[in-house]
Amino acid sequence: MEAKVQVQSRAAQTSVPLLAVEDLHVRFETSRGVVRAVEGVSYTVNRGEVVAVVGESGCGKSVSALTIMRLLAKTGRVTRGRIMLEGRNLLELSEDDMRAVRGHEISMIFQEPMTSLNPVLSIGAQIMEPLLIHLKMTEEEARGRALELMQQVGITDGERRLSQYPHQLSGGMRQRVMIAIGLACKPKLIIADEPTTALDVTIQAQILELMKNLSRELGIALVIITHNLGIVARYADRVNVMYAANIIEKGSADDIFLQPAHPYTNGLMRSVPRLDEPRGTKLQTIEGLPPDLRMPPEGCRFAARCPHKLEKCLKPIELIDLGKGHEARCHRVDEIMSGALKVEFPSGPPVTSQAHIGDKPILEVANLRKYFGVKAAGGIFSNEMATVRAVDDVSFAIAPGETLGLVGESGCGKTTVGRVVLRLDEATGGSIKFSGTDVTHHSGREMRGVRRKIQVIFQDPYSSLNPRMTIGEIIAEPLKVYGIVPEKKARAARVGELLTQVGLFPYMAERYPHELSGGQRQRVGIARALALEPELIVCDEPVSALDVSIQGQVINLLEDLQTRLGLTFLFIAHDLAVVRHISDRVAVMYLGRIMELADRDEIYERPLHPYTKALLDAAPIPDPRIERARAPRALRGEIPSPLTPPSGCVFHTRCPIALDVCKQKVPETRDMSKGHLVACHRAEEIQRSEVLQGA
Amino acid sequence: MANVATAIPATPAATLPKRPNPVLTFVRQQPMGAASFVVIFVMMFAGLFPQLVAPYDPLGIDFAQILAAPSLDHWFGTDAYGRDIFSRIIYGSRTALVIGFSSSLVGSSIGAVLGIASAYFGGRVDTWIQRFVDILLAFPIIVLALVVVAAIRKTVIYGVDVNLIIAIAIPIIPRVARVVRAAALSVSVMPYIDAARAAGYSDTRIIFRHMAPNVVAPFLIMFTAFIAQAILLEASLSFLGLGVTEPTAAWGLMLSGNAADFYREAPWMVIFPGVAISLAVFAFNLFGDSLRDYLDPRFKT
Repeated sequence: MEAKVQVQSRAAQTSVPLLAVEDLHVRFETSRGVVRAVEGVSYTVNRGEVVAVVGESGCGKSVSALTIMRLLAKTGRVTRGRIMLEGRNLLELSEDDMRAVRGHEISMIFQEPMTSLNPVLSIGAQIMEPLLIHLKMTEEEARGRALELMQQVGITDGERRLSQYPHQLSGGMRQRVMIAIGLACKPKLIIADEPTTALDVTIQAQILELMKNLSRELGIALVIITHNLGIVARYADRVNVMYAANIIEKGSADDIFLQPAHPYTNGLMRSVPRLDEPRGTKLQTIEGLPPDLRMPPEGCRFAARCPHKLEKCLKPIELIDLGKGHEARCHRVDEIMSGALKVEFPSGPPVTSQAHIGDKPILEVANLRKYFGVKAAGGIFSNEMATVRAVDDVSFAIAPGETLGLVGESGCGKTTVGRVVLRLDEATGGSIKFSGTDVTHHSGREMRGVRRKIQVIFQDPYSSLNPRMTIGEIIAEPLKVYGIVPEKKARAARVGELLTQVGLFPYMAERYPHELSGGQRQRVGIARALALEPELIVCDEPVSALDVSIQGQVINLLEDLQTRLGLTFLFIAHDLAVVRHISDRVAVMYLGRIMELADRDEIYERPLHPYTKALLDAAPIPDPRIERARAPRALRGEIPSPLTPPSGCVFHTRCPIALDVCKQKVPETRDMSKGHLVACHRAEEIQRSEVLQGA
Repeated sequence: MANVATAIPATPAATLPKRPNPVLTFVRQQPMGAASFVVIFVMMFAGLFPQLVAPYDPLGIDFAQILAAPSLDHWFGTDAYGRDIFSRIIYGSRTALVIGFSSSLVGSSIGAVLGIASAYFGGRVDTWIQRFVDILLAFPIIVLALVVVAAIRKTVIYGVDVNLIIAIAIPIIPRVARVVRAAALSVSVMPYIDAARAAGYSDTRIIFRHMAPNVVAPFLIMFTAFIAQAILLEASLSFLGLGVTEPTAAWGLMLSGNAADFYREAPWMVIFPGVAISLAVFAFNLFGDSLRDYLDPRFKT
């Protein structure tokens, strides 16, 4: 808190900002026309400040950042504007001068730590490269500085790491290396484009914390580009919200999060489930899609999706100053700020009747194990096989009409559980009972009857639909194969019905998947799952690939369908807030095992496993007041490899309260109270609040 | 639900951009490919309607015109029996096309099915198919074709040498199977294949309805490229006396036999059929290459 005030006062003292983007316009010439990717974007970054640029995909946030680095694709053209770095216009520099700026004065960190490091060069070579080029250091000096940098970004054992290659490091480690490279020449500004999107929530917290600390200690300004409002609440000093190539609101983090002026900013914050809000309410959603940037509307670009639009909203609008650097691009901003207009988005009819939850479980999974054999690292001729225990002794049951949420970080085995339940992978051990029948070893033919009753919705709406089939063919196929609707005309009618049910239009049956947006495709995936009138649907990260405003739409749709059709969901996700919103009970997985399983409210209010607690602590909340009051993230370290899981309790290597017994004995899963299952040796102590208080 | 319904515009409006004409795009992006297609088209026309193009009967012997040099009467000259070489080349394109086209089609199709099945089933099926493919790949194309054509009986249906087609198709199978398997492997891990399996569709349905259409691009490329190979192979086999037999007009055949005795005195006897073979092979190869570049999204701007 104190350091933050300092930063702000320091920023206020300097009159000339470090970076000023002024009236930037960028266009892309494509075969389908001119895309106006950025139009009239202006913002400033002061020394040592953290500025966030937030927006959904395609809003121009990354393009504006790449323009600062002059790294636009060949088809991109800056048609107007200036980018001033300490009084120099970067757009007018020669290519040689610009090269000296990149990496030296401004450096960039990309989203994918997997692909932004060169796989054939050692970590050391890659960190030393900018030092040798920009600072003309000798090999020796560069090596010393590289070691120093690695320590700074929290990589232990730097000497050994220097000679390692990217594939030997985990995703979080690689992102640390990227940051070290970014820091190498002591830049004045670091631009981070979605720096944590590809990382797990506990790792994400570590990386953001690291970046914030470094910027504070070294006085480096930081521009964070992200689609996730939640993560910037804790770290950003100022926030720019972008929509359809414009900045629609800018201000301090407090302004944006506590007194959002623009309806879009309001909507963005309400369409995501939050951990700090009572649940049971439906999400408010921003309907529709962002405008086509080849022909953006003349007036307010958000008008088409805005619930409060008036006649005047069709007229052009510029940013309106609201005082103290808070600006918003909205015709009705005065009414909103004075409280005369309360921004409300439609949330659909409230859930009137809770789906009836039966008592005889529809799905019972007992002691499920799934091991994969992989070739062990070794000589070419070594035939040694290693075993990955993707799922190890997992048991749970789901009652009809219920939603069981399955959360965990990547590699914890949650997706494998889903695949084994669907019988896409064969179980190594244990049993799966569906409606009382053991289907673990059903043959293909026996399975056919069961498959109709268990359906699936996949994560990636782009690859889960066959690109060579029309939407109509995709949805009609199960109806035809199972002879549910044998007649062609009736089938087309049923397809229309299903499309309407998921909020699409019957005429879309003739389209191909690539002609639809991500959210629309996900709806098609849902319609396909519904076609067979299943009882259980396995939802494997159904919203994680979607934009924030679209996520809310799909979550509401799933809830709606559950109540109306009495569906049962196995909901697999990594986002704790989403799982909390939709689930009745929640199971937390770590390294192939269930750590804790309890009623939703119970697990979020009284987590009894240190891992659950760590996950909840790491999950960002889009409110700067709450975020600043939270303790720094406790969980250290990386997830161990499932090839060599730790002995005893698999979590003991990262657990803040691990004892010796945790290293030796696998904790048994115990019922702590009314079905609150926990696998931790110290659960009783946690329950009596003897340990982990406030940690 | 009302709120969800408003999510999408109610009319099928401008969301559907007009697709550029694929033929025009192909011509603009791949001018060489378009040129080679013109050659292929001319060849196909000649093969389909030789009587409209050829000035003489390809089998008509004229002892008054033996080994005549190219002239206005006989554009490409005549052979040792006084047959018009231009007419024989025109009729020969029919043989080349029929055998080239059908053997490539048979070979590529079987190869594609094997490749997809290999990728989809994996495990033991994959191992067996791949070892079979390895065995076939161990023989040079021409040797394998020679062995097959020598082993099976000559069967002619409607004037087409079926045994020749089989002999040429067999060496094509393993080569296509390899490439298609690689493409099918990447398709087989796509979630829409999992979706089809989760819906309980039969293996046949998944292979033909869901996987095959998604490996059509590599299949088409292999198919056109192997037409060229097949034409060449047919010419070689005929040249060696194991393919098409006299008096049928075939390019490879025109190079063999008594052409060897007279090529010093009458070089046109070997030059023109040779040019025809080269041109056809070149055209199909070039067309296959540009089709690959055109269909591969990485080459798109």
